[in-house]
Amino acid sequence: MSAHAFVPETFAPSRRGFLITLTAAGAVFSLNAPPADAADAAFAPTIWYGIDRDGIVTVHVIRAEMGQHVGTAIARIVADELEADWSKVRIDHVDSDPKWGLMVTGGSWSVWQSYPLYSQAGAAGRMALIDAGAKMLGVAPSACVGRNGAVHAGKKAVTYGQIVAKGGLKASYSKEELDKLPLKPVAERRIIGKPGAARDIPEKTNGQGKYGLDARVPGMIYARPKLPPVRNGAKVAGIDDSAAKAVPGFIKAVALDDPSGTVPGWVVAYGETFVAADRAAEALKVTWTTDDTAKVSEADLQKRAADLIADPTQGALVVADPGVDAAFAAAKTRLERTYTTATAVHFQMEPVNALAFEKDGLFEIHTGNQWQSLVLPWLAKALGRDEKTIVMRTYLLGGGFGRRLNGDYAVGAALASKAVGGKPVKLVFTRADDVRFDSPRSPSVQVVKMAFGEGGRVTAMDHAAAAGWPTQVMAPFFMPKGQNGVAYDPFAISGADHWYEVGAQRVRAVSNDLANRTFRPGWLRSVGPGWTNWAVESFMDEAAHEVGADPLAFRLRLLTGAGRNAGSGPTAVGGAKRQAAVLKRVAEKAGWGQPLPKNTGLGLATTFGQERDMPTWVACAARVRVDPASGLAKVEKLTLVADCGTVVHPDGALAQMEGAALWGMSLALFEGTAFENGQVRDTNLDSYTPLRMGDTPDVEVEFIASDQPPVGLGEPATTVVGPAIGNAIFRAVGARVRDLPIRPEAVKAAIKA
Amino acid sequence: MTTFRLNGREVTVHAPDDSPLLWAIREELGLTGTKFGCGIGQCGACTVHVGGQAVRSCITPAAAIAGQEVTTIEGLDPHGAHPLQTAWIEAQAPQCGYCQSGQIMQAAALLKATPHPTDADIDAAMNGNLCRCMAYIRIRRAIKLAAGHGAHA
Repeated sequence: MSAHAFVPETFAPSRRGFLITLTAAGAVFSLNAPPADAADAAFAPTIWYGIDRDGIVTVHVIRAEMGQHVGTAIARIVADELEADWSKVRIDHVDSDPKWGLMVTGGSWSVWQSYPLYSQAGAAGRMALIDAGAKMLGVAPSACVGRNGAVHAGKKAVTYGQIVAKGGLKASYSKEELDKLPLKPVAERRIIGKPGAARDIPEKTNGQGKYGLDARVPGMIYARPKLPPVRNGAKVAGIDDSAAKAVPGFIKAVALDDPSGTVPGWVVAYGETFVAADRAAEALKVTWTTDDTAKVSEADLQKRAADLIADPTQGALVVADPGVDAAFAAAKTRLERTYTTATAVHFQMEPVNALAFEKDGLFEIHTGNQWQSLVLPWLAKALGRDEKTIVMRTYLLGGGFGRRLNGDYAVGAALASKAVGGKPVKLVFTRADDVRFDSPRSPSVQVVKMAFGEGGRVTAMDHAAAAGWPTQVMAPFFMPKGQNGVAYDPFAISGADHWYEVGAQRVRAVSNDLANRTFRPGWLRSVGPGWTNWAVESFMDEAAHEVGADPLAFRLRLLTGAGRNAGSGPTAVGGAKRQAAVLKRVAEKAGWGQPLPKNTGLGLATTFGQERDMPTWVACAARVRVDPASGLAKVEKLTLVADCGTVVHPDGALAQMEGAALWGMSLALFEGTAFENGQVRDTNLDSYTPLRMGDTPDVEVEFIASDQPPVGLGEPATTVVGPAIGNAIFRAVGARVRDLPIRPEAVKAAIKA
Repeated sequence: MTTFRLNGREVTVHAPDDSPLLWAIREELGLTGTKFGCGIGQCGACTVHVGGQAVRSCITPAAAIAGQEVTTIEGLDPHGAHPLQTAWIEAQAPQCGYCQSGQIMQAAALLKATPHPTDADIDAAMNGNLCRCMAYIRIRRAIKLAAGHGAHA
């Protein structure tokens, strides 16, 4: 997901003041938006930490913990500037509340967005504590330093807890004062960039961590959805529960009445236990009326995408330089290639689920979720009550990867509870339910063209991509307008607007209307870059081949860092030159140009992660051995180099790179499914086959040392791996594959071609 | 109704005989460290020990374990300090953590049978446990760490 639709306005720290509020328990430190109109206030995050009389610093984290150890990273940012004692820092993943402002965990945004705010918050707290501590020590503030949870002046010291207990803290900072607060120089960092363990890991080794599925309250009953044959156009025509009545513990079946339109046609079977609800749902016979999507196949979806691309009037122009058509007309040679990606599903380990009930005028939803601010208005509409009377209780997520940005399952649970008078109902999807109504990564079709002048010089590039657009379907308010005034899903095209200097450039993003009607397209770990980078980076190798250039040299010639690719601060400073640096480094590490055994190839690819205003510079070299007889590609090693600016939590960053790279490999070689009759074909592990332990290659990761502000790492390594593998296959056996996932049959066919 | 020993204590569950052990452990006995992932025994998130063997509790009927000794992640070590659990923390293995109870139980059965596993042994034993975060590199490292620390003892 991208930030550019809203971040610059709503996350600008310069618009905030800073408050310190004394309470009986301690001091609360908050970044506060100044009074603003209602629309502004809805987006204004208020981000808190507190220090109690024992000096315990509690950092309130609005981001969901789904494996990225995000609380640890954010707490490190506060603690470093605050000069806190890390052993006294606690992390609190908060429930939904309007005071937190926008609650979303996605787009690899968490550390990037949190860093400026939490740094300032930490610095403000440190300055206030030093002022108050200096008075207690009877010295001037200038004689004091904050260190390890105390204010020190020579040999004298007073702890933060003692200062808070005495209560002599300054109460507020204006934004002007905040802007003047000095952030620590890099050399003074004591936590950021240093080794250290993630706080959430111990409870994940002993069964004590509480996930959404583990939520329970007294009197709770269970429910399983009976899902309709189509996602959007189903209406319940009849429910026959005669066979379900034979299931012990079956309570009843209800068709959900959903004014929000989130869960059309969903029926739930209630049971005293999950097993009862599960078996009753199996036994239920429900008839639905459906729409025309009940017959849609993967081929239909891809044909629609290709037809839309073929019509140049379709879509939004995201990049629209003058002179593209003229450059193609005048070109000495031209290259045109079409790339496709198949439907892929999240398959997070914990099937979606939620517990809902009404208590004391409040509707509580207990679940793991990535975008509370998106689903709360859906819940309000579905339940017909004020959003202020609904709260989402926070749990660990058994995997997110973007699936839990779509909180449809919370709506289903809430309506299931409402239908039984607000009694606690735990709605649990089976694995097959979860996958069937996943928000999958849309299949895509892309056409990429390049024009060459004398000596193979690149004079123009044209990239069109068509896919289902998750943001159009679920969060249209996030869509910016293209150069031609057409609104588009930025997350579905990011990557095509790359940092290569290609002369006159055009990027066209096309929404696949059939995809948007047939399923609910999802934000799957990287979203659009999952297909755009497949096309761009496969194409760069093809273009290099076309003009007889080395793929590394060809890319480096285009990564000039000139013009719009120079990059600007704070997070994109350095631009394409930083991308060139990671590419050069990965080539060097992986031994680019050195001889390899027969049928073995090294393939390169480089990306900027998610989007231009938060570039995470990544490059990958994949060493792949191909068996020409079967077409089977075995990845022997993945080498990755990343420049993400400051690395806040090095081991957590490494874990994200490792996991994301293997995700990319899994999507490239082991996953992918297809729509058949309006539904995802593969709904469980008997036929959907993500990468396992035995398939895992050597993975080597290096971070470029940098003092630049941190950017995101949850997704960027995912999308660079597929094209690196595809390029390696070409270099191994001369077979060019253009469809993701890469199937052995396709490799075999391309060898023969 | 089925009686068996869970983490050293005798328990009785009232779930129908053909009801999966997983849900009896989670719902009736209230131990939620054992997870539901695929329901067809192919992800390993529900792995427990029955008589010391790693078993997929999502496809094991409750009645099938009558009179047997069942160990879940909560009972692997009284202090959560089994050498594998310690190694898991040392290697910082978990990401989302949802599959990790199953991974650890599977690995514990492996080390009991094969105290010093080779990479091929680890692949063979652990291939049935999906980690969707794909923390495989660290899971392998943690198993080797634990083997070195005497997990077989």
